[in-house]
Amino acid sequence: MDAQTLYREEILEHYRNPQNFGKPKNFDVSSKQSNPFCGDEIEIFVKFVSKSEGAKLDHLEGVSFEGKGCAVSMAAASMLTEQVKGKTKKELTKFSEQDMLGLLGIEVSETRKKCALLSLSVLRDCLGSV
Amino acid sequence: MKNYKKDFPIFQKNKSLVYLDSAATSQKPKFVLDSIIEYYETYNANVRRGLYPIAEKATAKVEEVRKQVARFINAKDPSEIIFVRNATEGINLVAYSLSNDLQKGDVVVSTIMEHHSNFVPWQQLAKIKGAKFEVIDIDKNFQFSISNFQSNPNIKNAKILTITHVSNVLGTINPIREIIKNLKSSIINHKSPVVLVDAAQSIPHMKVDVQDIGCDFLVFSGHKTMASTGIGVLYGKKELLEKMQPFLYGGDMIKEVGIEKTTFADVPYKFEAGTPDIAGIVSLGAAIEYLNKIGMDTIRNHELGIMNYGLERIRKIEGITIYGPQNVADRGGVISFNIHGIHAHDVAQVLGDMGICIRAGHHCAMPLHKRLGISSSVRASFYLYNDEADVDKFIEGIKKAKKIFT
Repeated sequence: MDAQTLYREEILEHYRNPQNFGKPKNFDVSSKQSNPFCGDEIEIFVKFVSKSEGAKLDHLEGVSFEGKGCAVSMAAASMLTEQVKGKTKKELTKFSEQDMLGLLGIEVSETRKKCALLSLSVLRDCLGSV
Repeated sequence: MKNYKKDFPIFQKNKSLVYLDSAATSQKPKFVLDSIIEYYETYNANVRRGLYPIAEKATAKVEEVRKQVARFINAKDPSEIIFVRNATEGINLVAYSLSNDLQKGDVVVSTIMEHHSNFVPWQQLAKIKGAKFEVIDIDKNFQFSISNFQSNPNIKNAKILTITHVSNVLGTINPIREIIKNLKSSIINHKSPVVLVDAAQSIPHMKVDVQDIGCDFLVFSGHKTMASTGIGVLYGKKELLEKMQPFLYGGDMIKEVGIEKTTFADVPYKFEAGTPDIAGIVSLGAAIEYLNKIGMDTIRNHELGIMNYGLERIRKIEGITIYGPQNVADRGGVISFNIHGIHAHDVAQVLGDMGICIRAGHHCAMPLHKRLGISSSVRASFYLYNDEADVDKFIEGIKKAKKIFT
C-alpha cells in the first residue's frame, strides 16, 4: 500500500471539505474521544426523531462532528456521519468495524486502524448513552 | 562527506533505506554485530560463577567493558558503572532507591523538556512521598537559561534535580554543567541536591564527561549508541551508590544469604541482580570501540554538517514550523517540525511509503507538546551514517506530502 492508494481522492476530498462539520445548536447526545497515540480528537453530536407518533426517538436525524486529526480519521468521521444520517439505532447496531473500513475503501495498516475507527467508537458511545 | 553507510549491513541489504529515526534507535555496524556472534559462538557462558575458561573469558569481558564505559564517560572508577536494561531502568533504579530519603514537602525538580522516562518516575515518586514536583519551563528559543531555574521559588529547597542533556524533540543541548554548578552553589537550607542527567540523546553523538558536568547520576541506552537492544548504563558517584538501597533483589547481588538476613554485594554488583545481558554488554564494548575509532568530535562535526544542510533546505519550504533553537551549534541532530494544514501522521505515512523512516507523534514528550500548543510533530533525526543524499530524499518527501494534502 503506498500513499497514493491510502490517500485516494475521495478520502482527500472529505479531509479537505469535511461533511457535517461543526457543533449544532440542537442535539440530544454528544461524545468525545481522543487517540492518545497521535492526539486525534473527535466529538460527535446526534439528534434523534421519531418517525411515527408514539414511536421511540430512534431515528438519527442529524449527525455532526468536530475535532482535529489526520486525513484518515477526519475523512472517516466525515464519511460516517454521512452514512448514518436517517438510519435507526437498531440498524446501526449492525454497522461493524469492517463496514467502517469498507466505507473508507482503503486498506489501513494496524497502526492506522485506530485513526480509521475512532469516529465509529465515538458514535457507538453516543448511541449507547440514550 | 565520508561514507559510513558501508559499515552498516542494513544499508547494504536495503540500498534505498533512508533512516532518519536514530533518536529512537540507532542502526548497528557490522563490527558490533560480529562481536555478538563471536560471544555466542566462542565464549557463551554465565558470568561470575564458572571456573572454566570460557566462563572466565565472559566474566573478564564484562569487566573490561565496564572499564571501557568508565573511560568513555570519564567516570572516576569502573565500579560507578552499573549495567541496566536501558536509560529508563537506570532512572527508575535511582528514583526507587532515593525514595527512602525523600520526605513530605521536599522538592523534586524536573523540566518541561523531558522524555516521559525522565518525567513520570519522578512525578510518581513525588506523589507517593507528598513531595513538591516542580517543572522548569523553556524560553522563546526552546532553551533553558540559569534564570529559568533561579526564578523558581522552590528551587532553593530542591532535593533532586533531573534533567535531560539533549532534548529528543527540540534537539536543544542544555548547558547542564552551568545549571548544575549554579544549583549546587545556591542551595541554602540543606545539603546540595542530587542531580541525574538523562544522556540518552547525547552519549551517542558527542563527548560527555561526567566529572566535568558535575552530575551525581547519568543514564544512557546502548541501543541508541550502536549497541544491541536490552543494555543500558547507569553511572553513579560511588559514595552515593554505596549508601543506596538495592533496586532488584536476587542472585548475583549478595555477599551472604541466611534465613534471617542477607548482606549485599559491593557496588556495582549490589545493583545487578540476575544474569545480565552479557551479549548486550559485549556489543556495547564493541560499539564504544567503533565510536572511539571514528572519534566523538568527528561524529559531532558530521552531524553538524548534516544539520546545517538540512535546516537550510527545510526552512525554505513554505508553511513549515520548526521547533528548537535557531542556532545549529545549540542543537543535536534532531529536527522536529509541522507542516501547516497537514497532520504529522500523514506526513510520516507519505515518507514511510517512500522508504524514508521518520517519526510522527508526541515522541514520549506529551508535556512538551502541550507546552508548544501542538498534539504531535514530525521528527527527523540524524547519525553518523546519514548523508546529504538522505536529506535530499527527505525534502523530496515533504514536498510530495504537501502536494498530496494541499
